[in-house]
Amino acid sequence: MKKLLLFILIAAVYVLHQDYWNWKNAGLVFGFLPVGLAYHAAYSILATLMMAVLVKCAWPEHLEQTEPEDDDKKKGGK
Amino acid sequence: MIPVIVLFVYLAIIVCIGLFAFKKGQANTEDFFLANRTIGPMVFFLSLFATNMTAFAILGSSGLAYRRGIGIYGLMASSSGFVIPLTIFFIGTRLWALGKRFGHQTQVQFFRARWECDAIGTLIFVLSAAMLIPYMIISIMGGGTVLQEISTAKDAVSPLIPYWLGCAIVAVVVTINVFFGGMRGTVWVNIFQTILFLCFGFIAMIVISRAFPGGFGEVMAKLGANPKTHFLLTRERMPEAEFWSYTLIPLSSIMFPHMAIMCFSARKVSAFKRTVVIYPIAILLIWLPCIFLGVIGAQAIPGLKDADGILLRLLNDNAPAWLAGLLGAGIISAVMGSDAHQVLAMSTMFTKDIYVHYGGHKKYGERAAVYFARSFIVVVTLIAYVIALYLKSKQGIFEIAIRFAFSGFAAMAPVMVAALFWKRSTKWGAFASTLFVGATLIGFALLQGKPAIPPAPPAKIAEGHVVHAPGETTTEHPAVNLKLDTNALSTNAVLTAGIINTNPLSTNAPDLTTLPLVKTNAPVKVATAPTGAPPAPKMNVIWKVGDHIILSRSPATGDVRFWNSTTNPAGGYMTVVPMVFGSALCMIIFSLLTRPPSDSTIEKYFSDRNPKQS
Repeated sequence: MKKLLLFILIAAVYVLHQDYWNWKNAGLVFGFLPVGLAYHAAYSILATLMMAVLVKCAWPEHLEQTEPEDDDKKKGGK
Repeated sequence: MIPVIVLFVYLAIIVCIGLFAFKKGQANTEDFFLANRTIGPMVFFLSLFATNMTAFAILGSSGLAYRRGIGIYGLMASSSGFVIPLTIFFIGTRLWALGKRFGHQTQVQFFRARWECDAIGTLIFVLSAAMLIPYMIISIMGGGTVLQEISTAKDAVSPLIPYWLGCAIVAVVVTINVFFGGMRGTVWVNIFQTILFLCFGFIAMIVISRAFPGGFGEVMAKLGANPKTHFLLTRERMPEAEFWSYTLIPLSSIMFPHMAIMCFSARKVSAFKRTVVIYPIAILLIWLPCIFLGVIGAQAIPGLKDADGILLRLLNDNAPAWLAGLLGAGIISAVMGSDAHQVLAMSTMFTKDIYVHYGGHKKYGERAAVYFARSFIVVVTLIAYVIALYLKSKQGIFEIAIRFAFSGFAAMAPVMVAALFWKRSTKWGAFASTLFVGATLIGFALLQGKPAIPPAPPAKIAEGHVVHAPGETTTEHPAVNLKLDTNALSTNAVLTAGIINTNPLSTNAPDLTTLPLVKTNAPVKVATAPTGAPPAPKMNVIWKVGDHIILSRSPATGDVRFWNSTTNPAGGYMTVVPMVFGSALCMIIFSLLTRPPSDSTIEKYFSDRNPKQS
């Protein structure tokens, strides 16, 4: 269930990137920032929040236990 | 002169850091290439970010915004802010774990071991090296451009540092830094550089805003009120298909060898946590001011032929000399940060994937491998420098990268995803996928690289039959019996003339008012430039099936587009779309048709005692 919700979150954030409704809007936010630019600036902040959620809820903890395997290390590192 | 002095002080600091790192280094390849895998979280973020930010992010973005408007941010920056952290999260962490466990230092080492095949590694190495060199060239070109612009006094005819010398200075400083410092020197420099260029944008905005008494709001209002510049505040000249296509481009990030190698260098996997969270904000800090100022520049300094220098022009015109130098150093930071990693990555790949893999290590020892790596750094930088000089007059910074390196690496992402997450993927799938990428890359490069051909002359239309371009407005012409011959812009005319309308955002789009006039006996109407809709450039049909144009090419820019509909002439996907999906399809089909990997490989890379891949 958690995986599904996280998948929906990622998909939803992706869909929000395709903001067709702003395509021809030349309005200004705060009197100087074009709407299309302001939207995608806010989108960048949303992406940060999404990544924070992923780190919190889906961090691959098991990778933290990784240790070198001597034989393989020699082989791979040659 | 003052900006140049400031820049040289900065460059001297970079050299000193490289030399200091040399004293701390050890004479083995793991230390030289990966700083002994000891990079901590904050340094890891600063360095990884610097690795991925090129001249592109500052010069290319502002230049594009100057020509095409604010849509560039959504097109490139916010899509990167979404995709790149995700790839680092899902792929970068797994690569780190495999590198730590099995000692891999390059992607190629991983691919060779994962598919138990030397040849696939060599093939991927050749393709990666061929695609990375253009990326290195961009960095050197960017450095040359910056030094040339910064060293040009306001009323001077020629710069103090010409382009060729600027490129040479950047190449030499990067070479010294990487040659002596290796990964440690590069990373240390990155800390300094990333902080500098993260601060750059907003300082530049504040400084430049003072040059406009009415503030940026007034400049934007003027741009919006002018029919010729109104589109800069919207995406009306940006086809939706292109906007969507660009979301695939950031897949290239994790496939760039220097990015993957950075992932191997982290001390702990937890170093990735901070990186993936901060990454979109860091992109915002760099790209937003650059895009914004690029658009402002279209009003402040209109008519620039080489718009990539717009930020530097604004700084030169509006900032005090010392500050312009400091901000120029910020731009150079972005240029050199990535260039150093690219050079180091090339050296790492050649040393580990070719020299060591094919016996050089056994024959000459570890110390000789480091000497080999250092020699290679000098050679590869020299080659990149020569090409940078040659290409200066050929193509823009942005175009070279997009056409070759980014699309190619993005199309290699399915290979990495399959290797990490799909047990059933086989070396034959990887071969098919890689060969497909190589073939399409060459094919598209040949199509795009052809010199621009002049558009076909418009054919005369039937008397009294007025054809209008989409969105075109018309006015009665009182004096002469002339009308605008818009045949070439008509969808119906397309099929006869072999030309279609598409991609209305091309920078070389013709203005309707410049199209030829033909005599007519019909009541006169004269077409004028459209106010809302974009002027429509032409595309040559390369391959057409039914109502769909599979491939077309802009005669003006050389851009190749995929899947244009004749009924939707403004569409067309970028070549990265068929490349990525074709590569994924090749991997799936050929893997399913061939024998699965051995049990030992599955056990090694997918068993419970290993870091889980799925």
